[in-house]
Amino acid sequence: MSDDHAAHGDSHYVKIWAYLLVFLIISFVGPMLEIQWLTLVTAFGIAGIKAYLVVVNFMHINAAPRFVTYAVTTTLVFMLLFFAGAAPDVMQSSGTNWIKPAWIEAERAYEAGEVSGGGHGEAAGHGDEHGDGHEEAAGAHH
Amino acid sequence: MSRPIATTRSMAGIPTARLAVWWIIASEIAIFGGVLGSYLMHRLAHGIWADYAANTNEWLGLTNTFILLTSSLAAVLAHQAAERGDGKRAANLLYATCAGGLAFLCVKAYEWNYEISHGMTITSNTFWSFYYTAAGIHALHVIAGCILMLFVAQTAKRNEELHRVEIIGVYWHFVDVVWIFLFPLLYIAK
Repeated sequence: MSDDHAAHGDSHYVKIWAYLLVFLIISFVGPMLEIQWLTLVTAFGIAGIKAYLVVVNFMHINAAPRFVTYAVTTTLVFMLLFFAGAAPDVMQSSGTNWIKPAWIEAERAYEAGEVSGGGHGEAAGHGDEHGDGHEEAAGAHH
Repeated sequence: MSRPIATTRSMAGIPTARLAVWWIIASEIAIFGGVLGSYLMHRLAHGIWADYAANTNEWLGLTNTFILLTSSLAAVLAHQAAERGDGKRAANLLYATCAGGLAFLCVKAYEWNYEISHGMTITSNTFWSFYYTAAGIHALHVIAGCILMLFVAQTAKRNEELHRVEIIGVYWHFVDVVWIFLFPLLYIAK
């Protein structure tokens, strides 16, 4: 079992849990103010802090050999690489020799107010927000 | 009775079981990271997804986050009890953790029942496909964790194999960490 774990009493973990609840409340209330940067900080920044508290204090990653931290960090880095590699394609409606016509049309309709995602309690599920498949632009060559 | 080598071997300065659970977690990061990364790309690219996200119930998300954080506390206290050699208390705390998992699933079932009955299904559009896939994979991990925890609690109650309490606890905390990120992505940022 972890070597440093016995050094902590139950009260230490209860204290960490209390911190987590405080952060949870902040992350819930912050976005209610509807300020975009504050939402990013309170929702996602605090999620990172909460995850750190759990990984360090509950999972005791510091008690494991250093290579465990490296292994976990490596997978996170690969996720970032995946995001960086795929996002430029996924997040654009057109690129070199390809376009997403259904997406472009759906975005136009959304901006024109012709479709909506619905509000609380509405049946909001049946809009097709974009076409997922790529289509080649006319005359394009790969 | 001798124990299997895989249980007793301690390679690279870490017991094999603990090393194994960290490897599992590293591979799970690839699974959840892929889903959540893809979700994030689409979410940032489509303004209408914020409207879809407005249909999720943040109070139920908050409730489930509270439940999982509290169940994680029970899991780490079970580990603490196992460290002291108190298998019975460790088992009881694992049962409490399991009860948290069950409560989480009940809230999820209520939530999904409401959403599906209001026409928001996995086939409705890409947002809801991501929503049900991410939350569904997570719920499967909660179910698996609960089942494993019941087995571990059975042996811990007899003061046997107490090292397993830590292993299942680490796994459970990871499930908690995944939800910590799912909560803002699916419920909060609208």
